[in-house]
Amino acid sequence: MNVSTVEPDSLAIHCPLVEKILVGFVKNEVERVGFHKVVLGLSGGIDSTLSAYLAAKALGPENVCGIRMPYSTSSNETMDHGDLIARELGIKMLTISITDQLDSYFERFPDATRLRRANKMSRERMTILYDQSAAQNALVVGTSNKTELLIGYGTIFGDMASALNPIGDLYKTQVWALSRHMKVPEVVIRKNPTADLWAGQTDETELGFTYDEVDRLLVRMVDERAKPADLIEEGFEPAFVTRIARMIQTSHYKRRLPLIAKLSQRTIDRDFRYARDWGT
Amino acid sequence: MSSHIPTRFRVAVAQIAPTLGNLSVNSRIHAEQIEAARGLNCDLIVFPELSLTGYYLRDQVPEVAEAGDGGLVRGIIAVAGDISVAFGYVEESPGALFFNTAAYVEAGNLIHRHRKVYLPTYGMFDERRYFAAGDRFRAVQTKFGRVGFLVCEDAWHLSAAVIYQAANIDLLILMANSPARGVGKSDLSSATSWSLLSQTYASFLNVPVIVANRVGYEDGVCFFGGSHIRDSGGELLAEAPLLEPTLLTAEIDPRVSRRQRILAPLFRDERLDLTIRELERLRDERLDG
Repeated sequence: MNVSTVEPDSLAIHCPLVEKILVGFVKNEVERVGFHKVVLGLSGGIDSTLSAYLAAKALGPENVCGIRMPYSTSSNETMDHGDLIARELGIKMLTISITDQLDSYFERFPDATRLRRANKMSRERMTILYDQSAAQNALVVGTSNKTELLIGYGTIFGDMASALNPIGDLYKTQVWALSRHMKVPEVVIRKNPTADLWAGQTDETELGFTYDEVDRLLVRMVDERAKPADLIEEGFEPAFVTRIARMIQTSHYKRRLPLIAKLSQRTIDRDFRYARDWGT
Repeated sequence: MSSHIPTRFRVAVAQIAPTLGNLSVNSRIHAEQIEAARGLNCDLIVFPELSLTGYYLRDQVPEVAEAGDGGLVRGIIAVAGDISVAFGYVEESPGALFFNTAAYVEAGNLIHRHRKVYLPTYGMFDERRYFAAGDRFRAVQTKFGRVGFLVCEDAWHLSAAVIYQAANIDLLILMANSPARGVGKSDLSSATSWSLLSQTYASFLNVPVIVANRVGYEDGVCFFGGSHIRDSGGELLAEAPLLEPTLLTAEIDPRVSRRQRILAPLFRDERLDLTIRELERLRDERLDG
């Protein structure tokens, strides 16, 4: 059981207000650029489920398409929960298997590591989402939470790719809190988080810490800018503090645009600076 | 312009969501709000900071700027008629200086510009990169009495309010683009801070305070609204909801200020010379290192 029952104050959020801000965010950022629809990968996990709830509330369920993209090893639970969410919300759902293309590719590289295969799956799903977004005249909604974005527990240009992400400033434990508030089915909230990239994978086993532990550390380290020495004094394990700090730093490239070699007076994003919402 | 202070006047706050740098759309929003305020018999309408341009302009700043009395401002004057209008825009002055300016139009004339003095350049803010800073806080005589203007971060510097108190203002107008952040357990910390500021200024300067904050989103940042109007005792006369576009109105009765100042003559008893002397001493000590 990974769901915290008591949240430290620094992680507490005002759920009705957060819901309102995020629903408004989806509606505003989609419609201001002339769209009315979104697509998102629906894994049956809590992050994509919460994103689907927010999108359905913002745009109406008829304008949201959840896409399940199972691989042959994907768990039945993943498929069932995707179904359940789509039914609960009344959103459209598509199921597109990625097994053939993955297997065909890795036939040539049979020694590929599990990580390579996992990243390829993630990017395969991304290409489907973007193709479907074009087919449906929709934008891709991202479903990465702040915890995984900060520690780099995501695939660059894979699950981290999207047009807009409503939950990227919510830690995982806050995702759980908001999901409860929005009446996401308890079976989805309480299940063990998993990327489901191989059988039996769970986030917390793979990472070696729980979301409760890491969120408590991250909110002190990132939001409140606590120094390592203070964190250790507060009771965090020194090795844990060092490890998380390093994970944040070494994954930072995933959170930035690719580097551009500067030559001109106005280089994109360095001294050519416009908001994305420029003119809208 | 008249120095006569009406017994009562009706104010409107346009809690709008401007587009980001689309001047024609924003001009239209202004015209619509001014017309709506006219329909509600308002004497004054206050728009948020940078209401004609939007906030996260970045490299758009020089592209949306205009001289003090350019077409945008003339457009506002044209629709204002007999309603007084406070609005925000990017003002360009000679030497390619760009200011985050609050403008005030009354009876067909632009009679005041307050150039934002404190340009936040920390955290999510980057204003000093794009704007030149104003260098004064000057009250302006209007038909509602002497008015002091503060633009967003200006209001977080108590010294600005102290200067306006010494100027013996009758009305304080705060124009903001405050983003929603700090979604803690019980409320929105940025909204709480603004409410605290306006209550403090109203109570201790004994003036009505009008707070105009925008709504809408820019690049994922949500501006929270929550515009409000307080009487000179600090009581809320009207408050707009968070996040929703609203045309808020209230009637301000200047006689409340008189009552408050008889109850607690803070302005009368303020010792300006002492304040100046002590501040000068502190400045000199700082210079001495």
